[in-house]
Amino acid sequence: MLTWLSLLFLALFSSAAFMAGRGRAVKSAGGAAARLHSLPNYYGAYAALWAGVPAAILLLLGAMFGGRVEDALLQAQRPAAVSALTPDRQAVFFSDVQATAEGQAASEVTYEGALKVAFDAKVAEARTIDGVVRYSTLGLAGVLALIGFFLAVPRVNPEFRARNRVEGWIAGVLIACSVSAVLTTLGIVLSLIWESWRFFESVPVLSFLFGTEWAPQIAMRADQVASSGAFGAVPLFAGTFLVMLIAMLVAAPVGLYSAIYLSEYANRGVRATIKPLLEVLAGVPTVVYGFFAALTVGPLFRAGFNWLGAQMIGGPLDGVGQYLGEVQNQMALVAGVVMGIMLIPFVSSLSDDIINAVPQSLRDGSYAMGATKSETVKKVVLPAALPGIMAAMLLAVSRAVGETMIVTMAAGLQAKLTANPLDTVTTVTVQIVNLLTGDQEFDSPKTLSAFGLGLTLFVVTLGLNIIALRIVQKYREQYD
Amino acid sequence: MTDAAIRPGAPARPTLSASEALLKKRHRAEKLFRAQGVAAIVVAMIFLVVLVGRIVVQGYSTFETHTMTVPVYLNPERIDASALEGVNYDYIVAEAVMKKLGVQDDDLGTVSAKVMDLTSRDFGFQLLNKVKADKSLIGKTVEVTGSVKADADLYYKGEIKRSTPEGDRKLDDQQLAWLDKLKADGTVKTGFNTRFFSNSDSTEPEQAGVLGAVVGSAMMLFITALIAVPVGVLAAVYLEEFAPKNRWTDIIEVNINNLAAVPSIVYGLLGLALFINWLHVPRGSPLVGGLVLALMALPTVIIATRSSLKAVPPSIREAALGVGASKSQTVFHHVLPLAMPGVMTGAILSLAHALGETAPLLMIGMVAFVPGVPENFVSSATVLPVQVFIWENASERAFHERTAAAIIVLLVFMIVMNAAAVILRRRFERRW
Repeated sequence: MLTWLSLLFLALFSSAAFMAGRGRAVKSAGGAAARLHSLPNYYGAYAALWAGVPAAILLLLGAMFGGRVEDALLQAQRPAAVSALTPDRQAVFFSDVQATAEGQAASEVTYEGALKVAFDAKVAEARTIDGVVRYSTLGLAGVLALIGFFLAVPRVNPEFRARNRVEGWIAGVLIACSVSAVLTTLGIVLSLIWESWRFFESVPVLSFLFGTEWAPQIAMRADQVASSGAFGAVPLFAGTFLVMLIAMLVAAPVGLYSAIYLSEYANRGVRATIKPLLEVLAGVPTVVYGFFAALTVGPLFRAGFNWLGAQMIGGPLDGVGQYLGEVQNQMALVAGVVMGIMLIPFVSSLSDDIINAVPQSLRDGSYAMGATKSETVKKVVLPAALPGIMAAMLLAVSRAVGETMIVTMAAGLQAKLTANPLDTVTTVTVQIVNLLTGDQEFDSPKTLSAFGLGLTLFVVTLGLNIIALRIVQKYREQYD
Repeated sequence: MTDAAIRPGAPARPTLSASEALLKKRHRAEKLFRAQGVAAIVVAMIFLVVLVGRIVVQGYSTFETHTMTVPVYLNPERIDASALEGVNYDYIVAEAVMKKLGVQDDDLGTVSAKVMDLTSRDFGFQLLNKVKADKSLIGKTVEVTGSVKADADLYYKGEIKRSTPEGDRKLDDQQLAWLDKLKADGTVKTGFNTRFFSNSDSTEPEQAGVLGAVVGSAMMLFITALIAVPVGVLAAVYLEEFAPKNRWTDIIEVNINNLAAVPSIVYGLLGLALFINWLHVPRGSPLVGGLVLALMALPTVIIATRSSLKAVPPSIREAALGVGASKSQTVFHHVLPLAMPGVMTGAILSLAHALGETAPLLMIGMVAFVPGVPENFVSSATVLPVQVFIWENASERAFHERTAAAIIVLLVFMIVMNAAAVILRRRFERRW
C-alpha cells in the first residue's frame, strides 16, 4: 500500500518535473521554440525521466526484496536459546516472529523461558527493522528524485540536446526488453540446474539416468520404512518414447499427406476451408484433448479390446484374449493416439510451408518430362523438401515429448519398462506434475527429482530444436 | 528412336498395348496417391468433428437444470430462535417435500433421508439466510426455490435410467417414482442453468459453476497482457529496427526462437523456483500465474511483432528520415502505428493460447479447491483450464457433464479471441 502511494506521489512529482523542464526550455528560448535544439516536450521528458525513473526502480526493488533484507538482518544475530534449536525449529521460530510482528496468526508452537524472552525481543527488533528498512527506502527514493530533478532541470538551455538524451533512455528501455528474453532462458537454465544440483547431491547422476526403477516415495521421517526412494528414470524415458512413437505414427502420415494434398492438389476453395479448420484443431487447449482421451477414447478403446478379447477366448489365441479382456482405460495407446491428433495440424502446417517453398520450376520441369502429379510429388518435390520435413518431424517429436496434459489425464502413474502399447506407462511430464502438485516439502529428493526430470526434458527438447534448425539452415538454399 | 528400334540388341520398343498398360498403371498410382491425400484430410476432419461434437454432446445438458419450488412451513418447534445456526434446515425442507409427496417419515428417518437425497443443500442455506434476516418468519410458510440434487437432475435428463438394475444406480425405485410425481405436479421445473454462470466451484455438482474460474482467468490474462505485450513489442522493435547485426543480437534471436519451443511445463518449473521459492509471490495467485504465462507468451509476441514490422515497406522509414525525423521518431510515429494491426493480432492470438494453458499452472499451486471469486491478484484463484482438470478428476458423474460444459465456455472465449484477431486483421491489414 505504502509502495503504491509513494509511486503515485512519484508520478505526480515526475509530471511536475516535466512541466518545469518544458517551461524552463520555452522561457530560455524567449518563447521562440524554433531556437531550441529539440521540441519543448523533450526537455520536459528529460527532466521527468531523471526525477522519476531512478526513484521508481528503487521503490520497486524495495517492494520485491525489502522482505528478504529484513529477514537477513533479523536472523543475523541469534540468541543462544534460539541457536540451540534444530534448523527446522529455528525457521519456525523466525517465521513466528515475523507473523507476530505483522499482526498475523503464528503457528501453534508456544515459547517458554529463555525462548519467550528471545521471542519478544526479536518481535520488537523485527518491528524496528521493518520500520527502518521501509522508511529508509522511502527516504532514499525521495532523495534520488530530488537529486534527479535538480541535476536535470538546470541543464535545460536552448543548446542542450534533449532529444538525443531522451532517445538514449528509449534505447535503454528497448535493449532491456530484448534482454528479458535472454534473462528468461538464463532463469530457466539456472533454476533447473540449481535445483537439480541439490537433487544430484543425494542421488547420483548415473543412477538417475540409467537406473531402471522409479519409486520416488520418500518417508516423511527418517525412521520410517522405505525411507529411501528409487530414482531411476529409464522407465519414464521409455514411457515417454513409447507415447511419442505412437503419436508420431498417427500424426506423421496424416499430417504429411494432408499437407501434400492441400499444397499440390486442392483448389483454392478447399484450401480456404480446410486450413482454418485445421487451425481450429491446433487451437484447442491440450486439457481438452486430455478430457477427450480420458473420458471418450480411453473407454472406447477399452471396450473395443475387451470385446475383441471376448471373441478370442476359447479359441487358438486364448492367452491373447484373456489379456485383452483385462485391458484398462489408461494405456499408452490412448494417450499416444490423442496426442497424435493434437500434432496433426502442427505437422501439416509446417510441412505445408516447406512444400510451398520448393520452387515451382522444379515441378514445371518434372511435368515437362511427362511425369504425373504424384510422380512429381514423390520423386521431385518431396526429395527437395526432405530436410525441411525432417525438421518439422523433429519439432513435432519435441512437442510430443514436452506435452503434459494429455498424458497426465490419460496415461497412468505406474513406471513400467514396457513396449506394450496396451499397457499403462508413465512419462517424464506426468511425473513432474505428480511430484509437484499439492503441498510438498521443498527439500526432499522427491520434490527435487522433478527438477532433475525437468532439466532432462529441457535439454532433450532444446537439442531437438537446435538439430531441426540446423537441418533447415544447412539445406535451405540448395535450390535457390 | 527409330534407329534404336532397328539396332539389334537394344531394348525392344514398348508396344502400344504395353505402354497403355504402363500408363494405366501410372494413372492408377496417381489416383491412389490422391485418394490417400483426401483420406488424410477426411481423417483429420473426422477427428475434429468427433472431438468437438463429443464435448458439445456431453456438455450441453449442463445448461439445462431442474429447479424445485416448495412452500416450507418454518415449524417453530424445530427452530430455536436463539440458535439459528444449529437448526437442521435440511430436515425442514424434507418435511415440506414429504408433504408435497403425501408420505410420512418413519421413526428411523429413512424416508426423510431418501428425500434429502433429492434436494440440494442450497435449500437449507436459503432458509437459514431468510430466517436470519427476518426472525418473524418463524411459524410462517415461505416459498423456496432451489436446484434438485445432481443425481435427480441426471435422472430427469435420462442419464440415470430406470432400466438399470436398482442396486447399480444412485437412486432407488421409490425415489424415481417421487421424482416423476414432483415433475408431473409442476413442483420441479426445467429451466436455463444460470447457477452454472453465477456460482464458483463447489463440492456439490449441482451448485458448482464457472464464475470463479472465469474471473480468475480474466485476472491472470490481464497480468499476462500487461507484461508480455509491452515488453514483447518493445523487444521486437529493438531487434527489428535498432539492433546492429552482431553476435549479441544473433544470440538473442536464436534464444527467442528456442524459447518459443520450450515445453510449457518447464515454464512452470521456472515459476516455482523463481517466483514462488525465491521471490515469495503467493502460491496459486493470478499474479504468479500471469507472470509465468507472460514469460511463455513473450517469444510468440516478439515473433509476431517482428514479422508485422518487416511487412512495413522501407519507403515509409526513408520518407520519415528524409523530412528530418530521428530514428526513434520514425519508428514510434510511423512504422509501429502502421504495424499495429498485425501486432495486436499476434498479441491476441498468443493471449488466447495462454488462456488455454494448464500444465505450468499446476506447478505453481493453482490446483487448490477455491470456492469463491478471487478477491485480488494475490489471493488463491483457479482458472478455466485448471477447473476443467479438477472436475475431470472428480469421481461424481455429474461433474463430468460440468467438465464438458466448462470446456465449452473455455472454447467460446477462445473462439471470441480468435475471431477478434481475424476481424482486426481483415479490417485494418494493409497490403503494400
